[in-house]
Amino acid sequence: MTAHSDLTAETTHPVGLSIRGGTKVYPGTVALKDVDFDLRMGAVNVLVGENGAGKSTMMKIISGVEQLTSGEVRMDGEVVHLSSTDDAERHGIGIVFQELNLFPNLSVADNIFMAHEKTRGRIDIDSAAQHAETRALMQRLEHDIAPDTLVGDLKVGQQQIVEIAKSLARNARILILDEPTSALSSTEVEILFRVIDELKAEGVGIVYISHRLEELIRVGDYITVLRDGVITGAQSMEGVDIPWIVRNMIGDSSKDFAKEIEHPFGAEALRVENIRLPDSSGGFVVDGVSLSLREGEILGIYGLMGAGRTELLECIMGRHQHAAGEVHVSGRKMRKPSVSDRISHGLALIPEDRKHDGLVQILSIRENMTLSSLGAITRGGIDMDLGAERTRVADFVKRMVIKIASPEHQVSALSGGNQQKVVISKALMTGPRVLLMDEPSRGIDIGAKAEVFRVMRQLAADGLGIVFVTSDLEEVMSLSDRIIVMAEGRITGEFSHETATETALVTASAPRGAEGKEK
Amino acid sequence: MTDMTANSAMGGTNSTLLLVMKARTFIALILVFMFFSIFAPNFLSAANMVIMSKHVALNAFLAIGMTFVIVSGGIDLSVGSIVGLCGMVAGYLLLNGMNFGLGWSIQFNTLEICILVACVGIAIGALNAFLITKLNVAPFIATLGTLYIARGAAMLSSEGETFPNLTGNPEYGSASYRMIGSGDFLGVPISIWMLIAVGLLAAYIARRTPLGRFIYAVGGNERAAGLSGVKVTQVKYFVYMFSGFCAALVGIIISSQLVAAHPATGDTFELNAIAAAVLGGTSMSGGRGRIGGTIVGAFVIGVLSDGLVMMGVSAFWQTVIKGIVIIAAVVLDQAQQKVQAKVALQAQAAVGK
Repeated sequence: MTAHSDLTAETTHPVGLSIRGGTKVYPGTVALKDVDFDLRMGAVNVLVGENGAGKSTMMKIISGVEQLTSGEVRMDGEVVHLSSTDDAERHGIGIVFQELNLFPNLSVADNIFMAHEKTRGRIDIDSAAQHAETRALMQRLEHDIAPDTLVGDLKVGQQQIVEIAKSLARNARILILDEPTSALSSTEVEILFRVIDELKAEGVGIVYISHRLEELIRVGDYITVLRDGVITGAQSMEGVDIPWIVRNMIGDSSKDFAKEIEHPFGAEALRVENIRLPDSSGGFVVDGVSLSLREGEILGIYGLMGAGRTELLECIMGRHQHAAGEVHVSGRKMRKPSVSDRISHGLALIPEDRKHDGLVQILSIRENMTLSSLGAITRGGIDMDLGAERTRVADFVKRMVIKIASPEHQVSALSGGNQQKVVISKALMTGPRVLLMDEPSRGIDIGAKAEVFRVMRQLAADGLGIVFVTSDLEEVMSLSDRIIVMAEGRITGEFSHETATETALVTASAPRGAEGKEK
Repeated sequence: MTDMTANSAMGGTNSTLLLVMKARTFIALILVFMFFSIFAPNFLSAANMVIMSKHVALNAFLAIGMTFVIVSGGIDLSVGSIVGLCGMVAGYLLLNGMNFGLGWSIQFNTLEICILVACVGIAIGALNAFLITKLNVAPFIATLGTLYIARGAAMLSSEGETFPNLTGNPEYGSASYRMIGSGDFLGVPISIWMLIAVGLLAAYIARRTPLGRFIYAVGGNERAAGLSGVKVTQVKYFVYMFSGFCAALVGIIISSQLVAAHPATGDTFELNAIAAAVLGGTSMSGGRGRIGGTIVGAFVIGVLSDGLVMMGVSAFWQTVIKGIVIIAAVVLDQAQQKVQAKVALQAQAAVGK
């Protein structure tokens, strides 16, 4: 970069906030080492690095959640002390955390104005004004979410939109987005990018954290790469490509996605016929879906949020009592929905929401891993062989390359990628014939992602049938032997590995009745 | 694990701290014991030990059942009333047998009476579980309802009167009923032997059976447990029925000890049971707790109240002190959780990300 371009950057995108010599020490670990970071206004400052590289720590410092051990934060040339989120908010800094901080029991409007309620005389909440502004915000974000809806009833992607609306409502000058697209479909991502462009034009400085590299290159103006708490690359986005980012992120040893292992498919492992799941408003979340999967095959299900993908997997798994339709595993028809029954017949689910559906956070890693398969280590249906349990766990920890200090620690101490491997281990311990994976790469870094994909390929080569759901186009294209696209609870397209193109997938995933439904 | 040496100094102090905190209820018990053996006359006499252990046993039974319920994420307020009702059922069966109004009646021996009474306790537990799982009533409300129902039923059974002189009848084989409360084996009261049996059974279930693991999983995260194939409804039925069973045992023991059954017996026992469980490290939000801890907790509460009586401390002060001890236990528990999480995170950080 030349001195000249630096100068133009200075004038068009002034530095709104900077960290100088920032070091953050946690007990037992140094999260940031002598970091210098400039946040430019009216631009998208992209922040990238593997999990645990220090991105989240840096954002926590900017948003006042954590304080630097040494070094300083400057805004407009002056040193500021951001000792709380309130402090940061007063300085015009807003953050949308990766783990959403919303109240599921309150309405969308209540959430957006939490602790900033619009009031008459500081006591009486002016609901009408809050609703009006919520509606305006939702329109701006191009989402049709009623202000009265309970946040708990929304899908994860919609909740993310509410989080963003919350920051917008507070007129943030600096907006930090921590993996905002991890749960969004490509249409929703487009909308978000339009909003980001708008904000940029208004002079808002945006920090954008994501694991999706193409997205970073598309949306970013400046990029900062972190590795093990040290900044390994910082420059304007000009001339930056994926290999450059990957090189800076993980050093010279670049990790390739595993290559396809060629293997023949076996007999039919799973057949699903005409699955229907009614929703509360009289329609169907899953509307007559039929599919078939062979042993050794990886079937990708692509679709937008709310297309019924998660619910389909849950129906197959037997979670919904009132679902209609038939499920056959290896030619055997399943009886009425019961998760434990389906597990014993060779189905296993890796849920989308690790925290709430996948793991019992309070229990140890060992107890989580064996939860679905205690029968295998139990003598006479009663007496558990704890020694055998430990051996089994140690075996899987090694096989899945899970980095843990001790299997007796609480599972909540692990990073996202390692937690996901615990969930996968739990599913594999039941000895499944069909694995149902819902967004298996959500919120984990590329290193862990590559390992998860490698495991998926290996399992398929071993004869397991895999159904996996994703909103990542590249993921579904590179992993699947066959792709099914879902929209509004129905299958709207089926492609083989050869016939699938990104455009075809996106077209098939667009909700058809959308225009009619709008107004 | 060579990386861990770097943190060993810091991790070391934390680990020691953690160990002390984990054993805190036990340490508290030893301190309480030492205190009273110095300041309360006759505290360490064999006679006092026997009396005290009998008192503790009653609460410990209830607390064991309560621990399972709380670990599964619920609460059982009905145990005190089940104690009362079961005592009345036992008393009625001893005095009258079962009379169907046909001019004759069935009389029962001691074992049969115990089994019938236990069934009553288990049935109320099953009713609790039915309300909670099938009708989706919150555990607090469901068991509050059965608390009143069982208490009312106990009162109705005798119009509020006491069933006196439950000496049993040798002809029917029920004379041995008194032995449950007053007899001993190898110098140890029968009720203590029963507590040892139930305590070992419960600890075994908690640690070594899939059912025990499922109880923890359901309390920690019901959704995840369900999706992992845990039969959540069955687990809940078990914990409430087991709690009812424990309460029935207490009803039997008390009516046998007193040789009488009064319908108000067991009033507020549920609160002592909850206190013992919490003192023993059971988390009210579910997923965490140990049977051993609960029994030690029951002993702390029991020894404390008996010791204070022997020292002549007023009953009003005893109540205040009990409250302080419970709150202190929970505060310490919170601190322990923090240290524990920190130690785990440190170890994890040492392994690398």
